[in-house]
Formats: sequence, C-alpha cells, structure tokens
Amino acid sequence: MQRQSLFLKMTATLGFIFLYAPLIALIVYSFNKSKLVTVWGGWSLKWYGELFRNEQIIDAALLSLKIAFISASLAVVLGTIAGLVLSRFGNFRGKLILSGWITAPLVMPEVITGLSLLLLFVAMEGAFGWPAGRGIGTIIIAHTTFCMAYVAVVVQSRLSQLDDTLEEAAMDLGAKPASLFFLVTLPLIKPALISGWLLSFTLSLDDLVIASFVSGPGNSTLPMLIFSKVRLGVSPEVNALATIMIAVVALGVFAAILQMRRQIRLTVAANQA
Amino acid sequence: MNLSQNNSQLVPAALTSTNLPLWKQEGAEPFLRIENITKKFGEFSAVDNISLDIYKNELFCLLGGSGSGKSTLLRMLAGFETPTSGRILIDGVDMSGIQPWKRPVNMMFQSYALFPHLSVEENVAFGLKREGIARSEVKQRVGEMLELVQMSHLGKRKPHQLSGGQRQRIALARSLIKQPKLLLLDEPLGALDKKLREETQFELINIQDELGVTFVVVTHDQEEAMTLSTRIGVMNHGEIVQIAEPHDVYEYPNSRFVAEFVGSVNLFEGRVIEDEPDRVRVQSKEAGGMLYVSHGISCAPNQKVHVALRPEKIRISSKQPPQNENCIHGVIEEIAYMGSQSVYRVRLASGMEVRVTQPNFARDMDERFTWQDQVYLFWEVGSSVVLTS
Repeated sequence: MQRQSLFLKMTATLGFIFLYAPLIALIVYSFNKSKLVTVWGGWSLKWYGELFRNEQIIDAALLSLKIAFISASLAVVLGTIAGLVLSRFGNFRGKLILSGWITAPLVMPEVITGLSLLLLFVAMEGAFGWPAGRGIGTIIIAHTTFCMAYVAVVVQSRLSQLDDTLEEAAMDLGAKPASLFFLVTLPLIKPALISGWLLSFTLSLDDLVIASFVSGPGNSTLPMLIFSKVRLGVSPEVNALATIMIAVVALGVFAAILQMRRQIRLTVAANQA
Repeated sequence: MNLSQNNSQLVPAALTSTNLPLWKQEGAEPFLRIENITKKFGEFSAVDNISLDIYKNELFCLLGGSGSGKSTLLRMLAGFETPTSGRILIDGVDMSGIQPWKRPVNMMFQSYALFPHLSVEENVAFGLKREGIARSEVKQRVGEMLELVQMSHLGKRKPHQLSGGQRQRIALARSLIKQPKLLLLDEPLGALDKKLREETQFELINIQDELGVTFVVVTHDQEEAMTLSTRIGVMNHGEIVQIAEPHDVYEYPNSRFVAEFVGSVNLFEGRVIEDEPDRVRVQSKEAGGMLYVSHGISCAPNQKVHVALRPEKIRISSKQPPQNENCIHGVIEEIAYMGSQSVYRVRLASGMEVRVTQPNFARDMDERFTWQDQVYLFWEVGSSVVLTS
C-alpha cells in the first residue's frame, strides 16, 4: 500500500462526512428517548418497539417487500429477454428504437414515468376494463417497467463481455438453442441476473414517486406511508423505520456489489480459459 | 470408446494397397467436398469461389495470413457461417441448411472456448450428454478420452485452474468425444509456447492416426502446417493459391506468393533466354548473369520470370567453385550464428541481397567467414524454380 498524501486523506474524509453525516444523524436520533425529534433525551429503543406495534407501518412494509420481490423477479425475466435480444440478434430492424425504449426509464424523470403509466392504466380500464382500479397490481407493473431497464442494461453488458465462441462451442457439441441458453448462456450471465435482481429489489423498495401515481386507495407502500407521516410532522418512529430501511437497502446494495465483483472475477477467469 | 475398432481402416493413414495417397488416385471419393464456395460480407469476398476435395484420414492444413479467408472457410464447414454460394458435402451429404448442432463435425477453437462454469469432466462430457447417452457410458467415455490426452488426474478442476497446454488438451478431448467424422482445428497450437507446440504437434498427429478422424487445420504458422499435414492449401485473399503436399509446397511453389509465404526465398528477376527441353536459361540482371533451372513451369522465350532459390540450397565458398553454371559473386554483409545453422546475407554487385543458410556441420568449420569477405555462391541446376506469377 502506498502512502497517501494528506490532501487525499482529507478529501476522502470530507467526502465521507458529506455523504454519511445525514444518515448517521438519522440513525442516532432513532435511538432518541425524547418525544421531540430534534431534542436529545438519551438512548432508548422505545421507538423501535412503538414501530413494531404500529400495524399500519408493518402492513406497509410487508406490502413494499412483496411488491419489490415480485417486480424484481418479473424485471429479471423481462430484462434478460430484452438484453439477449439487444446483444444477440444482430442488427434487426428497429433495434435502435428498442434499445432507446428499453433504456428510456433510466433517464426519464420519475414524475413523467408515473404520470404516463397512470394515464395508460386509466385509459386501459376505460377501454377494456383492465386493470380494474389501481393497487398492488399496477404498482408491480410500474416497478417492473422501470426495473427491467436496469436489468436489461446489466445483462446486455455482461453478454457483450462473453466470448461468443463459448456459445458456438456449445452448438458445435450438439446443443440446440434451448439447451444452449439454459446450460451455457444462463450460467454464464447468472451473476448479472443476481445483481440485477438485487438492484431492482432495492429500487422498487425505494420508490415513492411512481408508486404514488399508480397506487390506489388503501395500498400505501412504505415510502408513501413515511412521506405522508412526515407531512404531519416528523415522529421518532419514522426515524426508527428509516434506520431499518437503510440497513435493508445497504444489505441489498452490498450483496449486489459482492455479486458484481464475483462477476468480474468470473469474466477474468473466462477470458483466461 | 471404440477406438481400436476404428483402426482397421486407417492404420496406413490415407494409404491403400497401391500405397498411393487417396488424392493421387483417380476416381477416389473425397470425404469432404467444397464446391465453388463463396462468402461475401457486403461487397467484400472473404472466401472467393473455392473448390477443394479432402479425403478420409487426411490432415489437411489451410495455411494463410490473417484475412486470407481460412477461418471463414472453417466456420462455414462448422456451420457458423452460411456460404453466399456454393455447396459443402461431407461424406456425400450436402450440408446446406444443416444447423451446427446437427453436423457430423466438431471444432476445436483457437481460444479453446472451454465452459468456465463447468469442470474439466463436465466440459468433455458436454457433447455426449446432448446425445442423451446413458450416464455410465458417458462417464466411461470421458474417462477414456481424458486418458488419451493424459489429463485424467485433472478431471475435477475448472478451466481457469489449468495451464495453457492443459486447456489445449481438454479442448481437444472435448472436440473428439463425439467421434466426429471431421474435426476442425482453428490454430490448435497458436496459444502455446514454442517448446510445448513442438511436443503437441506430434501428439496431435498420433491422436489423429489413432482415432482415424479427418482433420482440417487452419493455421498461419507454416512450420506447423509443414509438420502436421498430409496436404497444405495455401490461401491468399480468399482464394486457394496452391494445394500440395508439404514437400511440394516448399520445393515447388507455384507462385511468388507461396514461395515467399512458406519459408524464406531469394527471388531473382530475369528474362527467359532459351527454353530447352531439360532446362531453362534465364538472364538476370539482379543475379549478374545467366541462371540455369532444370525444371519449372513452361515459359516462352523473352518472358519475364522470377527464379526462386531457397537459402539453404546455396553453398558458399571463398574459393572459385569448379562449376561455372549458377555461380555468383558477392560480399558478406551480415552473419547470424543461430547454433544449428548460420545465416549469411550476401550483397551482389547488382545491389541485391541474397540470403544463405549453412548448417554448422562441425563445431569448428574449416572455413570461417567474416564481414566483408568476398565469396562465391553456387547451387545445383535442380535447386531453383522458375516462377511466372
């Protein structure tokens, strides 16, 4: 390890403080005994207890987890298909449009994504009665839509790193397209699928704006609930909840990073092989 | 695997009772027939109207530089590329429209293309499992195949835990496990270091002999092509320039391209003075006199030709040799001592540089040359070739 200059150390420290100080403040205040959010009253786990007794919050959390799980899984399937098409079907007509369309949700303001989805759902309901009303279903569809964009990008980049001759070798050895995909391509892009899933799960769990547009009455996700609670004044309970969420999201991101590092190692190994 | 059963038909590889190789027998049925194959990428013809017959148990090398179309041709045999026009017949069966996974052909890739997520055994077994062969038989045949390539002890390893030479063997084992009629090898030794390459070359020939598979090898390495093959097809710009046995490709190249691509050569430009029945006289300004060649392609008097002469066919001496024919005079410009042989570069009066190699017969040669020595270069009438193209 080479010696770092003082300047670099300072920059790093300031950067970390800038990024993490708000989070640390929030976590510390979640252990606050006082009822007033801004006044320190000593350490306590009281608000965590309150939190777990609050059925409304628990329900919202379970709903969020459910939505995140389902939409991440759907997004992985659809995103993988999209990624495969983009990287393996050569130059077909409309490829540019498809790739632009798939990546659009990455750059589109959430407000616009949410609003357009809401308009679509309403129009569809008017035209052929589905989806009947808005709720879990519409949130899942909305989340799948923007999560699959992330999965498609991750899968596509993984596929482009793969040695084409691996798939040719499989065909040469008698693998028909289906077994080629399940026995060779899929195992090789597995790390990308896992990190794509984790990424989607975290994104879905996090989303407030789009969910606000497409959810119906009685179907508040956790971020929606927190947001509405905060508008009525910040309660120490929300701090406890936020702390738990930070922990969950951090775990998800950490796992995704580990997965990506594994993927890089595998790629290096594959390139050597 | 039924290796031993196959042997009856192949032990005298590609030979029959007449002892003539199949390609020299009239009416012999080719095993692989390539008919007027052309492959275009846009306007560019990667392979341009190639026709080629390859016979059973041959080890045929496609030799050419990068961009010569040799790999494209190989990929069309495997079915990864579709010919723009022409046909490929393997054992009499037209391969047009037959998918890669249905062809009686296997390929060993230049990158080896071992599946990184599978162990060595699983890699080798991959082809057999696709055929729905019973597990016990798969296990037995994989075992035999790994033994053949001497890799039995590494069956549980993953490809990235192997050295380059080991990977090469596994790739070979994997491509042979289905007992293909035709094995395609794309630069099989390209990724190995020189010493390993030499060892593996002979092993490859032994395995080919033992299994009786027809090999088509693509390589840019002329030495590899020379040692491996029964015949060589030299490719340039999508065309086959010459098809011949290694000896003939080297000794009787049919064009300047082949002469220069395979081995090194001295080319003297000149004009045909007289085309006698047993020899040709060529007046060459570059050589500074008359050159006599006892064989070559038929040519007309006054035609512009090149006389090709391999460096090792030239003898070098400080004394005037007794012969008058094919004797030129020059000054040694450079000497490279390479252990088994020495390479001299001799400047002629015309300014042309001639490359001469001499084996170092004895530890101390009776004649030692040094820079700026005046020397005579001479060779037999039968040592050079006349090239018209």
